[in-house]
Amino acid sequence: MKKIIKTVGALALTAVIAGIPAVSVSAKERSYTYNYDYWGDVQDSPDFYTVTRVYTASDLGLDVNFKSPEGMFIQGDMVYICDTGNNRIVQLQRTGTEQFEIYRIFDQIKGGTDVKNLSGPTDIAVSEEGDIYICDKGNARILKLDSDLNYLLQFDLPVDSTVNPDSTFQPSKLVVDTAGRVYCIATSINQGLCKYEADGTFSGFVGATPVTYDWMDYIWKKFATQEQRQRMVSFVPTAYDNIYMDQEGFIYACAGGQDENDLDSGAADAVRKLNLMGSDILVQNGEYPVYGDLYWGEGGGFEGPSWFTDVTVLENDIYVCLDKNRGRLFGYDDQGKTVFCFGGNGNMDGYFRLPTAIDHMGHDLFVLDSLDCSMTLFTPTEFGELVYDAIEQFDEGDYNTSGESWRQVMELDGNYDLAYIGIGRSLLRQERYREAMDYFELKYDDENYSKAYKQYRKEWVEDHIVIIVIVILVLFLVPLSIGRIKEIKHEIDIADIFRT
Amino acid sequence: MIAALKKKETYQRYLKSLKFALYCTTHPLDGFWDLTHEKRGTYAAANTILFLTLFIRVLKLRYTSFIFVTVYWEDINIFLYIASVAFPLAMFILGNWGLTTLFDGKGRLGQVYMASCYALTPYPLMQIPLMIFSNFVTVDEAEFYSALSAISLVWAALLFVAAMGQIHEFSAGKNILFIIFSLFAMLVIVFILLLFFSMISQGVAYFISLGREIMFRL
Repeated sequence: MKKIIKTVGALALTAVIAGIPAVSVSAKERSYTYNYDYWGDVQDSPDFYTVTRVYTASDLGLDVNFKSPEGMFIQGDMVYICDTGNNRIVQLQRTGTEQFEIYRIFDQIKGGTDVKNLSGPTDIAVSEEGDIYICDKGNARILKLDSDLNYLLQFDLPVDSTVNPDSTFQPSKLVVDTAGRVYCIATSINQGLCKYEADGTFSGFVGATPVTYDWMDYIWKKFATQEQRQRMVSFVPTAYDNIYMDQEGFIYACAGGQDENDLDSGAADAVRKLNLMGSDILVQNGEYPVYGDLYWGEGGGFEGPSWFTDVTVLENDIYVCLDKNRGRLFGYDDQGKTVFCFGGNGNMDGYFRLPTAIDHMGHDLFVLDSLDCSMTLFTPTEFGELVYDAIEQFDEGDYNTSGESWRQVMELDGNYDLAYIGIGRSLLRQERYREAMDYFELKYDDENYSKAYKQYRKEWVEDHIVIIVIVILVLFLVPLSIGRIKEIKHEIDIADIFRT
Repeated sequence: MIAALKKKETYQRYLKSLKFALYCTTHPLDGFWDLTHEKRGTYAAANTILFLTLFIRVLKLRYTSFIFVTVYWEDINIFLYIASVAFPLAMFILGNWGLTTLFDGKGRLGQVYMASCYALTPYPLMQIPLMIFSNFVTVDEAEFYSALSAISLVWAALLFVAAMGQIHEFSAGKNILFIIFSLFAMLVIVFILLLFFSMISQGVAYFISLGREIMFRL
């Protein structure tokens, strides 16, 4: 007995000693690119994108430096940068992987209107026909120009009962659809996006964010006096920060600065995908909502959730959101699962001071930093290209190769959840259900697991139908026959002829 | 004691009392009355049921399909996990006994313990097949599992209420009242335990600092 007590004591002591170093382990430096796994744990990841180059005005051959540039638009190999502070627009042509040539710089337009100078242009969009649309914020108008900068049309303050006709129109961001309709975000208009028809008439607001409020505030308001009520926060929809139109004509809109509890509960969305009706059709099948960082400590002077200031959608339906709070980029796939997160605030290449706009050319990402007055070009690494290949191959229906690509991704990063699910999905399409189930189970993907398991179960039953029938028959027949035999035996036992 | 273990009757009585747990699940009022008054229950069987319950709860972590139970293994402390059931149960039994002795309850501490353990029977009874069943379902069929799992808990809870009533020979209203009081008694026990441990740690800290001070002066 004494010996046992001693052993237990020694064990307890060892446990205490072993516990001490475990407590003192401090948070280590994280990798530049990271990802969230099923549990929401941060997993270090190989770099998804690397900085090819950071371009300042002089790198691009401009004699005047950028001054708080706010908008960027890319079409084909053309990059349009709204140099807001200098009231001009710089159009660059990409001639090589790293080379850009100045195509033209313009600060005024031709024909048709009295005010020919641009004043603080904040965004630009170019339609497929080559017409240029500019948010000329300082002049309170949206301009439509032809490709030679000739004035065609202008869009003014929306004529609507909810809009004060005396207020100034301050369009800040816009997109144009294939039919020439313009959707714009204007400062101090929070009814949604202003929608204009191709002929310049205002045709209504679309896609206002749902109003969120908590019940306590609502009840307080009921009892508050008029003066108190005015000083309280009013329940109004959050205004969008930026919009982007993908190649299918859906508008991706992001809104930053939302209440963290609303984001957590799903009452507010950081990103929305609007259809023509203006309702949100963004798929959020990931374990966590699409709102950037899951944890926001108060380190480094940055607090609160990620503030998505711009979004861009690649051709493979992966959308990348730009967080101006912590200078990070978040990529999500069409299911709302995190593909990559990277970046940070700072002065090094690949870090930002105040990123304002993001756009893409193929798989390359361009980020405009308005405080650093620079444009950063990111190109995917081998790892990033492999992930994109795998996703694109799957979308094309090339499931075998997609599975192979995902396997290579897994070789590079064993902590990458999408790789396991990707392999599983390709196996599922190849009807190798048993293997697919293993991959889904590893990453807790119950929906896909169930799909695979359902097929596997069906196959199993079909293969073993004979055995199943036999087992069921045996289960029913054996007790029955035993009963019958006993009965016969009993009858024999009591039969008269055997009595002597 | 060892001599008793060698006797065949001991096992027969044990198995019989274990089988009686099944009778209790379907005839709670009759069963729990006979449990103590007819001495048809044994502590051995009660311990077995309690052990099975705790054991199944641990097994469930690993062998239930991940569709229903996903476990963050890094955070699992098996002893804490067991204690999360065993400790509240122990406190309830103590609290219930402590209260009912003051208010005409006929049950002794051991009997309350025995009846509580017998009332847990539906849990291992249903959860073992459910655990196996869970591995053969998809998310579409998940409702079956959840419903059956909930039934096992509700069933055990009803048995618990019936057991307490029969052990203490209480009427239905009084029984419910004292079960609710027992929950408050649990809170009191927790409060006293917290008080006790914080006092002890303060006391120990005092002597440690005293010792340090002496060492420092020497």
